[in-house]
Amino acid sequence: MTIDNIIQWFQSWFPVNVMVLFITSVLIAAVVIFAIMAVNALVAVYAERKISAFMQDRVGPMGQGPGLHAGKWGLLQTIADTIKLILKEDIIPKAADKKLFIIAPFIIFLGAFIALAAMPFGPYLIASDMNIGIFYILAVSSFGVIGIILAAWSSDNKWSLYGGMRSAAQIISYEIPAALSLVSVLLLTSTLSMQGIIQSQAGTVWGFLPNWNIFNNPFSFLAFFIYFIAGVAETNRTPFDIPEAESELVAGFHTEYSGMRWAFFFLSEYGNMLVVCGLTVVAFLGGWQSPIAGVMEGAWWGLFWFLTKLTATIFIMIWFRWTFPRLRVDQLMNVAWKILLPIALFNLFGVAIWTLLVG
Amino acid sequence: MGLVHAEEMTLNIGPQHPSTHGVLRLKVKTDGEIISEITPVIGYLHRCFEKHCENLSYEQVIPFTDRCDYIAAMNNSFGYVLAVEKLMDIQVPERVEYIRVIMAEYNRIASHLLALGTFGLDVGAYTPFLYMFRDRERILDLFEITCGARLLYNYMWVGGVSHDLPLGFMEASYRFLDEFEKNINEYHNILSYNKIFIERSADVGIMPKDVAIDYGVTGPNLRGSGVKWDLRKDEPYSIYNRFKFDVPVGTGIMGSVGDCWDRYWVRAEEMQESIKIIRQALDKIPREGNVHEALPKKVRPPKGSIYFRTESPRGDLGYYIISDGTPTPLRVKMRSPAFTALSALSEIATGWMLSDVLVILGSLDIVLGEIDR
Repeated sequence: MTIDNIIQWFQSWFPVNVMVLFITSVLIAAVVIFAIMAVNALVAVYAERKISAFMQDRVGPMGQGPGLHAGKWGLLQTIADTIKLILKEDIIPKAADKKLFIIAPFIIFLGAFIALAAMPFGPYLIASDMNIGIFYILAVSSFGVIGIILAAWSSDNKWSLYGGMRSAAQIISYEIPAALSLVSVLLLTSTLSMQGIIQSQAGTVWGFLPNWNIFNNPFSFLAFFIYFIAGVAETNRTPFDIPEAESELVAGFHTEYSGMRWAFFFLSEYGNMLVVCGLTVVAFLGGWQSPIAGVMEGAWWGLFWFLTKLTATIFIMIWFRWTFPRLRVDQLMNVAWKILLPIALFNLFGVAIWTLLVG
Repeated sequence: MGLVHAEEMTLNIGPQHPSTHGVLRLKVKTDGEIISEITPVIGYLHRCFEKHCENLSYEQVIPFTDRCDYIAAMNNSFGYVLAVEKLMDIQVPERVEYIRVIMAEYNRIASHLLALGTFGLDVGAYTPFLYMFRDRERILDLFEITCGARLLYNYMWVGGVSHDLPLGFMEASYRFLDEFEKNINEYHNILSYNKIFIERSADVGIMPKDVAIDYGVTGPNLRGSGVKWDLRKDEPYSIYNRFKFDVPVGTGIMGSVGDCWDRYWVRAEEMQESIKIIRQALDKIPREGNVHEALPKKVRPPKGSIYFRTESPRGDLGYYIISDGTPTPLRVKMRSPAFTALSALSEIATGWMLSDVLVILGSLDIVLGEIDR
């Protein structure tokens, strides 16, 4: 279901001005995407809490009896948290640059939000299947870093400033290996459209494996890992969480934020996870393609497979977070520039040769 | 390098900061991420320990010693009661000696678990911290069934201990030790040999032997620098000469001698040694005996003074007590190992990055209660 479909569908019922229809359907898509982000945050926060608890020999949020209820197995915990955050006092420091301080969380949020517009959740479920889909996502998902820098600068807090400085350096560095490994995928698919990339991954390869890009050739196998590592770094999660490094920078760029403004940072962190994991799934893991060619295919199965793969990759990110210590800022740069970037370049070359010689 | 020189920024790390291990304030000058000057500012937790002692009877001082190093309260009161006993020339029963050693070593493990766990937190690893707390919890449970308290025990008394070992303590102890020994490997797998952890801690904050000795650094921090110095071995007090155990020292396996990883590793190894001591003590402890047998009617040491030092989890813990023959000490001075360790911080951490400074601070394992007293 793209926006174009919605417009056509509406047009067949209400023959009104195209502009009105366009705005209406964009709004509908926006609401749906916002809902996806919100639900994702609700589920992911709960999952993060529970998974971390199980990894750490705890039980995590649990129902605590009448009055202190968090639902059965703590299922309502995230909702309770959200209500708490909404009710909290909204504090803006006196010395803060008020306008930028207010706008920063929304800019970060926007980065993840508009990137999801080109995310194919199923064979027919995509807000807009542009012919430059993957390029568009890469471009807008780095938009969030502006928000981080604004938040850091406007807070007038030294810890925030440190977080902002680190974040800017980190995200810009990791964009490069991420983009290079995606380019190597584009050589295989020879299209920039998200749906096109997924459609090119149909069928099987090597006889039994699904023809996903990760299995296509050894170079793209490596590219998957480079992209995923760089992706984790772009979402500012452990082991690359230096912009908000709790034990060093208190809370990094969002030290001064409270209540719902802070929640927006949180929401966009999970939104970014969704974008990065979604892109991983689309580019390397066959998007909504079924793992066994010809079995369980169709619109709804597509959605099912996409969400399954998405959940698995998000789980890996959560797993990382609760297993690894944090890198130091210079080590982080070393990983990006001295390890990932050369491998990514070599990889791109390898994939190019492979496509030329083999397929 | 060094061509671009921007203005230095003064940054106050603490007193409210997640990784200052209490209420320490570090005034640092930063040049970008590099720290060019560190000034520790202490005293936020000052509770007039030594002044209190001048107005309390000898027994009443014991709870205050607990509160100095609240992470290893047993060891702190252990040193104090040993000093007073020596001043009064009291011989405690065998069973009491063993109980004290068992408790002190348990508390050493508990303290090291906290040190390693929070060190992991400083590096950014959250899970090992909770793994270690899981085991620390079980030690605290053992303390709880013994004396009812989990943090501040007031367990060591002059001439004895407050409670005898309860029923089931021995069995619970053996069970715990067996399981705990296996868990140490779990820590090594998740933290000690983690590549990122090694990158962050090896070759970072190197404290050379001579610097450590010059600053009077003791305990695991000194041993991490490769000096084999442990009062339990070199100046045995209580009954430590009866046990077989090693003194682990830093050898620079992952980096160079005296780096953060070595200090971490020495603590991890010391837990193994403590397990050995506890096992031997549990095997040899006299099964019968009254722990209150040697309690003096009145704690009134003769005129004189004494300096007595023991090996607390943080190092040489010394008590200097002057008695004027009254039930109240004239003066109790505590030589705190964490204080000396902190004093070496600016020497070893200057020039490192902000993240490293907090890691180095974590590797020194300071307890502010003991520094500020």
